[in-house]
Amino acid sequence: MSTPNSTRLLKYYEALNEGAAQAMSEDHRVFMMGLDVDDHKGIQGSTLGLVEKFGAERVFTTPLSEDAMTGVAIGAAMAGQRPIHVHIRMDFMMLCMNQLVNIAAKSHYMYGGTVQVPLVVRTMIGKSWGQGAQHSQGLHAMFAHVPGLKVVAPSNAHDAKGLTIQAVRDNNPVIIMEHRLLYSTESYVPEKPYVVEFGQSRVVEEGSDITIVAISNMVVEAIRAAELLSAQGISVEIIDPVTISPLDSATIEKSVDKTGKLLIVDNGWLNCGISAEISARVAESEIITRRVQVKRLGFAATTCPTTPTLENAFYPSPKSIAMAAMNLCNPQSSWEPNDAQCELAYQKQFKGPF
Amino acid sequence: MNESLSLNARLYEQVALIRRTEEVIAEIYPSDKIKSPVHLAIGQEYICAAVIEHLKASDYACGTYRGHGVYLAKGGSLNSMMAELYGKSTGCAKGRAGSMHLVESQHGVIGMSAVVGTGIPVAVGYALAIKQKKTTDVVVVFMGDGATEEGCFSESINFAALHKLPILFVCENNQLAIHEPIDKRWATPHITQRVSTYGIPTKQFSKPDIFAIHEYVGEQIKQMRQGAGPCFIECFTHRWSEHVGPNEDYDQGYRSLEAAEPWRKNDVLITLGETLAPALRDSIDTKIETKIQEAVNFAEQSPFPDPKELYDYVYAK
Ligand SMILES: Cc1ncc(C[n+]2csc(CCOP(=O)(O)OP(=O)(O)O)c2C)c(N)n1
Repeated sequence: MSTPNSTRLLKYYEALNEGAAQAMSEDHRVFMMGLDVDDHKGIQGSTLGLVEKFGAERVFTTPLSEDAMTGVAIGAAMAGQRPIHVHIRMDFMMLCMNQLVNIAAKSHYMYGGTVQVPLVVRTMIGKSWGQGAQHSQGLHAMFAHVPGLKVVAPSNAHDAKGLTIQAVRDNNPVIIMEHRLLYSTESYVPEKPYVVEFGQSRVVEEGSDITIVAISNMVVEAIRAAELLSAQGISVEIIDPVTISPLDSATIEKSVDKTGKLLIVDNGWLNCGISAEISARVAESEIITRRVQVKRLGFAATTCPTTPTLENAFYPSPKSIAMAAMNLCNPQSSWEPNDAQCELAYQKQFKGPF
Repeated sequence: MNESLSLNARLYEQVALIRRTEEVIAEIYPSDKIKSPVHLAIGQEYICAAVIEHLKASDYACGTYRGHGVYLAKGGSLNSMMAELYGKSTGCAKGRAGSMHLVESQHGVIGMSAVVGTGIPVAVGYALAIKQKKTTDVVVVFMGDGATEEGCFSESINFAALHKLPILFVCENNQLAIHEPIDKRWATPHITQRVSTYGIPTKQFSKPDIFAIHEYVGEQIKQMRQGAGPCFIECFTHRWSEHVGPNEDYDQGYRSLEAAEPWRKNDVLITLGETLAPALRDSIDTKIETKIQEAVNFAEQSPFPDPKELYDYVYAK
């Protein structure tokens, strides 16, 4: 991380909050809009206190009119302001698709570079406690498909702050995909404003036997899987792409050239997803000189169920990640980590409702 | 619905069933057996009870994520609903819905959506199908005041009015969308007047008067069955519970108990109950308690779906 060291632990939601606050302090054009950003819950704490700090003209709720509000944010951005539009779930962004895909993504190009859309859209993936079909979707691949949009996925508090500030400074529409279960997780976060650059994958842990690329909260799950695998003598390299689009695949390719084995763990479906994109880049790679084995994990190819028995089978977990990695490294192994070792605190503690 | 009872008793039975069911859900909730966000409509039940009293089995009703009352009033099975909240395979959606997406096609309960406003055009589609099939059935779609801000609300009413579709739009205006009051969301609060410009009958009910709602809706639905086209009503009301979850939240600072008092004092469950002979009311209450206890037992004893079923229902066969 190219950022100053810090000894201060901050939760993910606090880091999002501080990032927005500092971005607003350093640039008076930055404002925040979105359903419920100014209420007493403050988007699970991530916007709490901002209306007190910056006033109701710069931090305000909107009517339940996501389609039009997205257009309004885009227009304000074109006119020189720097909006942060917040949605408490990514699923609700389906109402914004037309404006984001047909206007925000296209305008700079379509108007011959004469117009810019410095828009930030913050949004969150939900998980567990019966979020079900319409409160759980990771739709980053849909947005990453479209040229003109940038998509980032902070997996920890440090990146949550640095990506927020970078997103506000960027002159393009940027979608920040957060994860509900990460909101309570902590990492070291410098007090001063800093940026996490787009388009740079991060090697989270170095290893030599297998590369695991993990997206969003799957980084946390992969880290636990790597601990379990390490006890079995397997050395895992974990890579967090950080930016889904533009994707830095060179870092991934270099790692795979070293390990020869790649497991991609996504927070979305496999079909036409970011895991398919990464696989394709590895297949086309000019960096990789050896034969590579690839495997992918992600949402099961079904709608997210509400009931726990099906939900457990729907998501990748430290257990399924560790076993898939083991299978790539040692297909003969019948090793299975015990369930207690695979449980993650952030999952156990989450008691909804949202 | 027991036809041999008087109208007062029938309405009371419905309101009491919904109220007590939601109270029991709130009691069970801290046990973590219901792992589903629950949006209770305690205090608002009289609206769906009054409206749906006029519907036949073949008519349709669509609620929202706050839909326990609509589901029950339209004849959805309490056992199936409770099992659904528990995530059991005997639930109305076999554990795929939880509290937010209740459905029961057999009884004309249109599947409910948790994306605000999305149910409105879908309900209009049911009304279009009724017109195409040339039956006399009708559709009722319930929504909150927040949903009227979504574009699809206006777009749907326009289409329904244009094609004279048999649908009643019911706006349950509790003046809140989560914690945001209506004056932070609407330039003017005149929802009913706005809708009246589509040239359809509209009416606003500013008090919790279950009989006034019942009477007006009865007349409108009768005409709707003869091809009169859509109608819109707005019922001012008050949500006693927090937006989502089992508790009340007057201590959270975004609203006051004092402002709620007029509504809580005029609780329809009480005022309606007082019109019944005590013995009759007791017998209805006793029946309801038994029914709810049976549903809880049913839910507790039912099995969870087998993980083997993970890929069922993605595509229709
Ligand atoms: C499209 C969409 N935007 C935002 C949300 C989050 N949300 C859930 S309920 C709600 C408030 C809805 O208020 P209203 O329509 O008045 O109904 P009520 O909850 O009061 O019954 C909001 C904003 C959502 N579910 N869907």
